[in-house]
Formats: sequence, C-alpha cells, structure tokens
Amino acid sequence: MFQFRSLSSSRSLFWPACGVILTATSGAVWAAPPPEAASCAACHGAQGEGMAAAHYPRLAGMPADYLAEQLHLFASGQRQNAIMSGMAKPLSAEQIKTLADYYSGLPVTMAAPAQTVPADLKPRGEQLAVYGDWKAGIPACFRCHGPGGVGVAPAFPALTGQSATYLDQQITAWKNGTRSGDPQGLMHTIALRMSDADTKAVTAWLAAQKPEAAVMGKTNQAGGAQ
Amino acid sequence: MSKHIQQIKPVLTSILLASVAVVPMASLAAVEVTPKSAPNAAVLTGSTFTPPDPSTIPNDEFGKMVQLGRNIMFESKKYAPQYVGNSLNCVNCHTDGGAMAGSAPLWGAWVSYPAYRSKNKKVNTYEDRLQGCFRYSMNGKMPPLGSDVLVALSAYSYWLAKGLPTGDTKIAGRGYPDFPAPKQAPDFVRGQAVYEANCAICHAANGEGRVVNGTVVFPPLWGAQSFNWGAGMGSIKNAAKFIFANMPYGQSYSLTPQQAWDVAYFMDGHERPQDPRWEGSVAATRAKYHDNKNSLYGTKVNGVLLGDTGAPKPFNE
Ligand code: HEC
Ligand code: HEC
Ligand code: HEC
Ligand code: HEC
Repeated sequence: MFQFRSLSSSRSLFWPACGVILTATSGAVWAAPPPEAASCAACHGAQGEGMAAAHYPRLAGMPADYLAEQLHLFASGQRQNAIMSGMAKPLSAEQIKTLADYYSGLPVTMAAPAQTVPADLKPRGEQLAVYGDWKAGIPACFRCHGPGGVGVAPAFPALTGQSATYLDQQITAWKNGTRSGDPQGLMHTIALRMSDADTKAVTAWLAAQKPEAAVMGKTNQAGGAQ
Repeated sequence: MSKHIQQIKPVLTSILLASVAVVPMASLAAVEVTPKSAPNAAVLTGSTFTPPDPSTIPNDEFGKMVQLGRNIMFESKKYAPQYVGNSLNCVNCHTDGGAMAGSAPLWGAWVSYPAYRSKNKKVNTYEDRLQGCFRYSMNGKMPPLGSDVLVALSAYSYWLAKGLPTGDTKIAGRGYPDFPAPKQAPDFVRGQAVYEANCAICHAANGEGRVVNGTVVFPPLWGAQSFNWGAGMGSIKNAAKFIFANMPYGQSYSLTPQQAWDVAYFMDGHERPQDPRWEGSVAATRAKYHDNKNSLYGTKVNGVLLGDTGAPKPFNE
C-alpha cells in the first residue's frame, strides 16, 4: 500500500521535493521506519497519523525535540500514562532520539477532520484559539502553537489533527497534576486558568480544524518575516 | 522545570487575585515583589476599568473604522502595509490589541492627549502620538494626519475608552506599571542568563524570534526586523517595565524586578535599525537624543559600539 524508501542517511536532501510530491500522491512515506517504531504503529498508525477514534495522538510532523522530551517525561513519570510509561521506560536515550526524529520527519497526512464543532461551543472555542481571554489570563492558543495551531519547533506541539478527547485529557491532566515537566511551566500555567467549559469548547473547535498540509518542522525558520 | 509551577499553584489565586484589590499602584514601589505568575499585566496596576467587548463593535460606518483600527493593532503589516517597515505588530507591545491595563492600553492614552512631550518638545495630538509608533516601533513611515490608518486607530482608541473621564493622565493601568529600581546596576551577563532561561524558547537564542509558514509567531527583540533605536522599547526602563508586567508570555510578574532590568539591558544591548533622527554620526545622535542612562545607543556593549551602522536605510514600501 505504501511506498517505503530508505533515505536514512540523506533524508534531508529530499525535503525540498517532498512537499510537492506529497500533495500529488498523499500517502508516500519517506524513511523506512526504524525497528523501534514497529511496536508504535499499532496505536499511532503506520504513518504516525494517530488513531482519533481511540484518542491515540498523531506524532507525524511534531517537533522532534518535543516528541523526545515527552518520551523522557513518560519514562520519568512526570507525565503519567500507564500505556506510554510502559512503552517509554525500556527505551535508551538514543532510541528515543531515533524515534522522535523519525516521527517528526513524517508528513502530516490525516484525512479531513470528522468532527464538527457543536454550535454552542464554536464562538468561545474560536475566541480562545485565536484571541484568548486575557481577563482570565489565557493567551490565544495560536500565539504559542503557531498560526492555525501548526506547532512551532522546538517546543510547541501542533494542536490540529488530534481528537478533541485527547486534547481535553491533556489539559485536564495538567489541572490534576498528572502531567508536568513542560518548559517553564508555560502550558501548565495556562491549563490551571482554564475552566472545564473553556477546555471543552476550545478542544472541540481545534479538533474540527484542518490539519496542516506542510510538515511544520521543516518550514520553520528563525528570523524576521518577509 | 516543574519547580516553578509548584510555587505558583497555591499562591496564584489567593494572593495575587486578592492583590488586585489591595495593592494600589503608588505603594507598589515599596512592596517587595516576589516572583509568581499573575494572570495578566493588569493585576498589579490597580486598574478597575473594563473596555467594551469587541463583539459589541457597532455594525455601521463608525464600527467599520473601529474594526479597521483593531485589525491594524493585530496585523499591522497586512492592514497598514505602506507604513510598516519591520515584522512587528502593534499588539506585540500592547497586549490584547491595546485593551490590557499595564500594557500601554490605548484607552489610557486616548484620554491623555493632547499632551506636551519632551521627545519632540511640542504639544502632541493623539494622531501625532500614533505617528511616532509607526516611525520608531514599526521602523516605518508616518501615516499622514487624517489618513484612514490614523483615523481608524483613533476611532478604535476612542471606542475602547468608553466611559473614562478625559484628562486623567495618570489613570490606573496606563502605560507599563512602575516598579522598583534595580538593587544592582543592570548587567549584560546576568541578563543573558535570564534570557536563556526564560525567553529564548520563544524569541530564539539570536533574538530574532520565530516564523512559521511566513507568519511571525514570536516577534524579534533585536536585529533588522525589530523596533529601531528611536523606539520607546529601546529605553531600558520602558523595556524592563514592559517585560516585568508582560513576559514571559502568559506569566506576568513572574520575574524578579532585578531579572527584568537585567534582561532589558541585555535586549537593548543589541544592534537594531538606525534611529531615523540620525544626526550624521553616532556621537552626535547620542548627544542629541540618547544622552541618558536608559539608552545604550552610542555606548560600547559587549565590545560593540551600538548604533554604529551608518545612516538609516531608506524605507521602501
Ligand atoms: C497501546 C497503544 C500505544 C502504543 C503501542 C504506543 N503508544 Fe504512544 N501514546 C499512546 C497514548 C494513549 C498516548 C496519550 C498518552 C496521554 O494521554 O498522556 C500516547 C502518547 C504518545 C506520545 C506523546 C504525544 C504528544 O503529542 O504529546 C508520544 C511521543 C508517543 N506516544 C510515542 C510512542 C512511541 C515512540 C511508541 C512506540 C515505542 C508508542 N508511543 C507506542 C498509546 C500508545
Ligand atoms: C505561552 C505559550 C502557550 C500558549 C498560549 C498555549 N500553549 Fe499549549 N502548550 C505550550 C507548550 C510549551 C506545550 C508543550 C508542553 C510540554 O512540552 O509538555 C503545550 C502543549 C499543549 C497541549 C498538549 C499537546 C500534546 O500533543 O500533548 C495541549 C492540548 C495544549 N497545549 C493546548 C493549548 C490550548 C487549548 C491553548 C489555548 C487555550 C494553548 N495550549 C495555549 C504552550 C502554550
Ligand atoms: C516594540 C514595541 C511597540 C510596538 C510594536 C508598538 N508600540 Fe506603542 N508603545 C510602546 C512603548 C514602549 C510605549 C511607551 C509606553 C510608556 O511610555 O509607558 C508605547 C506607547 C504608545 C502609545 C501611547 C501610550 C500612552 O499611554 O501614552 C500609543 C497610543 C501607542 N503606543 C500605539 C501604538 C500603535 C498604534 C502601534 C502600532 C502601529 C504601536 N504602538 C506599536 C511600544 C510599542
Ligand atoms: C511563551 C513564549 C514567550 C516567552 C517565553 C517570552 N516571550 Fe516575549 N513575546 C512573546 C509573544 C507571543 C509576544 C507578542 C505578544 C503579543 O502579540 O500579544 C512577545 C513580545 C515581546 C516583546 C515586545 C515585542 C518585541 O518584539 O519587541 C518583548 C520586548 C519581549 N516579548 C521580551 C521578552 C523577554 C525579555 C522574555 C523573557 C523574560 C520573553 N519575552 C519571553 C512570547 C514569549
């Protein structure tokens, strides 16, 4: 079904062409998965696209540093999850890096989101994502997670292409203290200011947005615009 | 990493929210401000004013101008392209599109003009004041008086200030809140350490910010795309006050005052576009416009004579 090509040593050379081909034949996979990834595909998908129905997150196209950090946090217990701590604990630092680089390099290939936003949640969800609610100390999600929530390397994960339930569970986990270790407490601080209703509205809205076509890690660059 | 957050949790709601009511601005300097994160910049200003909600912008000709003003605040280059010479947006230094107390809100400014300004030694109208933002903060060109851009920003400011008495130039929440003078003279090396620990994750190690898919996510703090040497943020004092109340993003008042001074010195100790009031040499420009302890222009910092970059580059649209 998929095309596998081994480009592990020269993958970066092929990136400029990648975006173009991708839009033409979505479904192409570039690097052969490292052996470590064999046990991940069952839940996170053959292309790292995740499994929305089971609330397993997509990994494809996420910043590599972010993914690696999460695996370390699962292993150390700062991010608590029975399944993932079991998966992460046996991994060496080197294996973590291999996996993070691999998933980060995969194109974002999710189908259009199945979910639509319930009408009563839409205005509040959109407001929080685009403008935030500064009275409550909640800056716009897109201010840190990038335009349209595409993510900003190295530290800010994408928010689109995830199920509402997964996103909701993460914010709730910060509020319950079962997820921590985020850089400078940036997300933890905001999660503590979000009511359950706000969390529900914004995660429902985010889950209904189109995941980006481009792999953000590669288009990100430092320096002023234009 | 999570150490920080553990401190915040218990104190955040109780102490800080209570302090909204009990810490008036005047007594702030006397209070030892301990690091913890407040929900927003308004908290330590004593401001009680709430500007109207954007959803209530009227749906008529006046409302269209108000909306245009708001759009210019959020996306300056898109809505005022002929006057913007860098990659900043007004909202970058005026949180929530100029609605937030403690982040130089436009409503606080609106009720305070016309006013005499020592910067240009004359009485300035509100439109004059806005022109300065484009020339310096946006490193661009001044929109002509009466132009749509200035009318729209004025209409938006007026609309935000609904219900405020005019002429109260010291209204709580105006500007960036005053805060304690540094105990030690601000320092580049200490500032760099603060920067690396608290700012670089967003503004990048080289201070140039981060751009995704052509959109600036984290604005540049120095370099060619940032504010120029004539801007208010180039004053260490203004910068320290802004940073203390507004940065790191989402964590108002979490730095100590000393950290804010040090990191402001570090930021303003880097090269940026020339002061458009250039007098032909760094020394002459410093003597005329920067001869005070809050400006590092024309001084040597970290081995670099700041501002020694020649005449200002012409602005091209
Ligand atoms: C049995 C299902 C399952 C398997 C197998 C699995 N995961 Fe996960 N993974 C999950 C679930 C569930 C979560 C969400 C955990 C949470 O809610 O904190 C997750 C989360 C993650 C995250 C965090 C994503 C984010 O956006 O924060 C990473 C990274 C990850 N998994 C990597 C892996 C890797 C690498 C493997 C293979 C070594 C793997 N997973 C195998 C179920 C699985
Ligand atoms: C001040 C910057 C900032 C803002 C604003 C922000 N976030 Fe985050 N967010 C982060 C960081 C940093 C992380 C990564 C946390 C980590 O490394 O553990 C994150 C992670 C997340 C995650 C976990 C994603 C995953 O794959 O597991 C969710 C969900 C999230 N944010 C939702 C939101 C929502 C919703 C908003 C708007 C209401 C928002 N964020 C606003 C900084 C921010
Ligand atoms: C690089 C940061 C920065 C940017 C970008 C910026 N400003 Fe400012 N602005 C400042 C600073 C600093 C002050 C001075 C605040 C003080 O004196 O307390 C200021 C002051 C003002 C004032 C007067 C406030 C008062 O209370 O007197 C107005 C009005 C204003 N700016 C409007 C704008 C507009 C409109 C834009 C976009 C075209 C803009 N600013 C862009 C930093 C900035
Ligand atoms: C979580 C990301 C984040 C962190 C950490 C952060 N900033 Fe910012 N900063 C921003 C964003 C986003 C803006 C624009 C705010 C807006 O538009 O509402 C900004 C704006 C600014 C500005 C005004 C705009 C400009 O480019 O001059 C300055 C100055 C600034 N930050 C300094 C700092 C300093 C100093 C630190 C460390 C103490 C810091 N920031 C930490 C995200 C961050």
